Amino acid sequence: MTRIDAKFAKLKAEGKKAFVAYIMGGDPDLDTSLAVMKGLPGAGVDVIELGMPFTDPMADGPTIQLAGQRALDGGMTMDKVLDMVRAFRTGDSETPIVLMGYYNPIYARGVDRFLAEAREAGIDGLIVVDLPPEEDSELCLPAQAAGINFIRLATPTTDAKRLPAVLKNTSGFVYYVSVTGITGAAAAQAAAVGPEVARIKQSTDLPVIVGFGINTAENARDIASIADGCVVGSAIVKEIGAGKPLAEILARVADLASGAHSA
Amino acid sequence: MAEDGINSFMTGPDEQGRFGIFGGRFVSETLMPLILDLEAEYEHAKTDPSFWAEMDDLWKHYVGRPSPLYFAPRLTEHLGGAKVYLKREELNHTGSHKINNVLGQILLARRMGKTRIIAETGAGQHGVATATVCARFGLQCVVYMGAHDVERQAPNVFRMRLLGAEVVPVTSGRGTLKDAMNDALRDWVTNVRDTFYCIGTVAGPHPYPGMVRDFQSIIGRETRAQLQEQEGPGRLPDTLIAAIGGGSNAMGLFHPFLDDPSVRIIGVEAGGKGVDERMEHCASLTGGRPGVLHGNRTYLLQDADGQILEGFSISAGLDYPGIGPEHAWLHDVGRAEYVSVTDTEALEAFQLLCKLEGIIPALEPSHALAHVTKLAPTLPKDHIIVVNLSGRGDKDIFTVAKHLGFDMKV
Ligand SMILES: Cc1ncc(COP(=O)(O)O)c(C=O)c1O
Repeated sequence: MTRIDAKFAKLKAEGKKAFVAYIMGGDPDLDTSLAVMKGLPGAGVDVIELGMPFTDPMADGPTIQLAGQRALDGGMTMDKVLDMVRAFRTGDSETPIVLMGYYNPIYARGVDRFLAEAREAGIDGLIVVDLPPEEDSELCLPAQAAGINFIRLATPTTDAKRLPAVLKNTSGFVYYVSVTGITGAAAAQAAAVGPEVARIKQSTDLPVIVGFGINTAENARDIASIADGCVVGSAIVKEIGAGKPLAEILARVADLASGAHSA
Repeated sequence: MAEDGINSFMTGPDEQGRFGIFGGRFVSETLMPLILDLEAEYEHAKTDPSFWAEMDDLWKHYVGRPSPLYFAPRLTEHLGGAKVYLKREELNHTGSHKINNVLGQILLARRMGKTRIIAETGAGQHGVATATVCARFGLQCVVYMGAHDVERQAPNVFRMRLLGAEVVPVTSGRGTLKDAMNDALRDWVTNVRDTFYCIGTVAGPHPYPGMVRDFQSIIGRETRAQLQEQEGPGRLPDTLIAAIGGGSNAMGLFHPFLDDPSVRIIGVEAGGKGVDERMEHCASLTGGRPGVLHGNRTYLLQDADGQILEGFSISAGLDYPGIGPEHAWLHDVGRAEYVSVTDTEALEAFQLLCKLEGIIPALEPSHALAHVTKLAPTLPKDHIIVVNLSGRGDKDIFTVAKHLGFDMKV
């Protein structure tokens, strides 16, 4: 059982929805980013998605593109992302951390070495956007074998024929991308997403979390109410990008979290 | 053949879309169903005579194929060695080889009921070809082009607009081809239901690399027949040379000859300011290592941490940090050789062809020509080199004028 499994079991027992927050590792620099990360659980975040910056984030909109650019300009590397996780773990051994990004920086490091280091640093799950089920032998299967959850995205184009393949080697939770598009795109309406989530839940016992485009507490509540929780990324990254003080960033996170938790 | 266990170099890709370890389908889940649909549609079209009948008709009457295979007498004499033939892809409608592939993809898009076409472009040749064929079939067309390229390829931007396409300048990254491809992928993932992504080279997720190669292979098939007409039955070229951006004009020339062991095959990458640790070049095979970008595994210019580096080349069409996966494989198994030439060498070859043959080449094939000027003098007079003259140089005269210190302002 990973920290992710434990967290969702706990939330379920409490009858609570999950609030998942995304930040870009090292945005705009390691210290600021680590301070934000450390503050997330206190602001109500149940699961942290930590972005690994990449020069060519093909699935991301401008907000997260710019965050990755800031992080890289600030000297962020894979080593430093892992250091950030280690530093976080010295004060928090419970909050699950999911690393999110693209395959090339992992491939460049070597999959086995990466998985060993990720596990040792305290990473619980991976979301790698450009690894569909067709490429499971690359990282998904080795990650599961190493005890790290591999969380897959399901999308509006994942039809009934394809869904079993998407769910097959997924663990931790299923991330339902509510719109066809890139991060930061317009939010989907809960009324439209509800049936899609229900369809996925018929085929899996894993929690289904919905993301993309959620940017208000109300939105977070509506979406969380038709799923097992929701993810907010760009709306938080935007605050960091605007150079807001830590307290303000965390207040915004707390507001979004309270939305999800009121569902 | 050179490699143990390889009976044919022409059978790839395999069912996973791989050429050896290269290729594959490294795309987000949103795009996967569409990519599988496209693969099925292409597999069907490939064996459908009506699909090829329509292609042949358009190639002949709209593009002007076959393109001539031209013996270049004065260039040959000047170099004093091998006989040099030019495969005149620059005479195609729209001025380059790019339209060979665009026609195939647009016919597929029509079969799939897609109404909106997107494309990325570097030099603008693929964008112009796509805008042209979209106009021909009344399809909406959006072309992503790096802001830096919009500037250095202004004539092509205007052409695309005249043809009714929307040109979107891309400012992310350094504003070149790689960034245009990122934005095209972002558009595709957003508009996946009605949009067809017309990729301009032998890269991207499976089935693109193999499919684009198949559409471009008309170049090599014609060359094979035309050389025999001119040099006698059974005569094969001794050496094939083509420039490589993503590698489509090269694959098109090379592929039909891969299983002819006597044919030496050379791809020429853009060496920019020189292939060294400054990394101011686009020679992915000579200066890169395997990685995953834009849907496929291939050789990439990248740093130790797997971050992609910006290439550098005088030629917008070669300014890409990757290379098609089939080239990566041909390189690793040793069936083809890959070399690089610098901006300066390409500029010299550009001028040489203008003066000796009355042909203004694009900067991309000028790289191939530059390698010919090094190789031909070392070879006997009965050795036959075929160079892919992939495009004409009209689009490049402003860039060349600037480098030669000629003031174009009127
Ligand atoms: C005339 C010409 N040749 C070559 C290229 C390079 O592309 P590829 O390597 O796919 O042939 C381009 C690309 O824009 C081009 O315009």
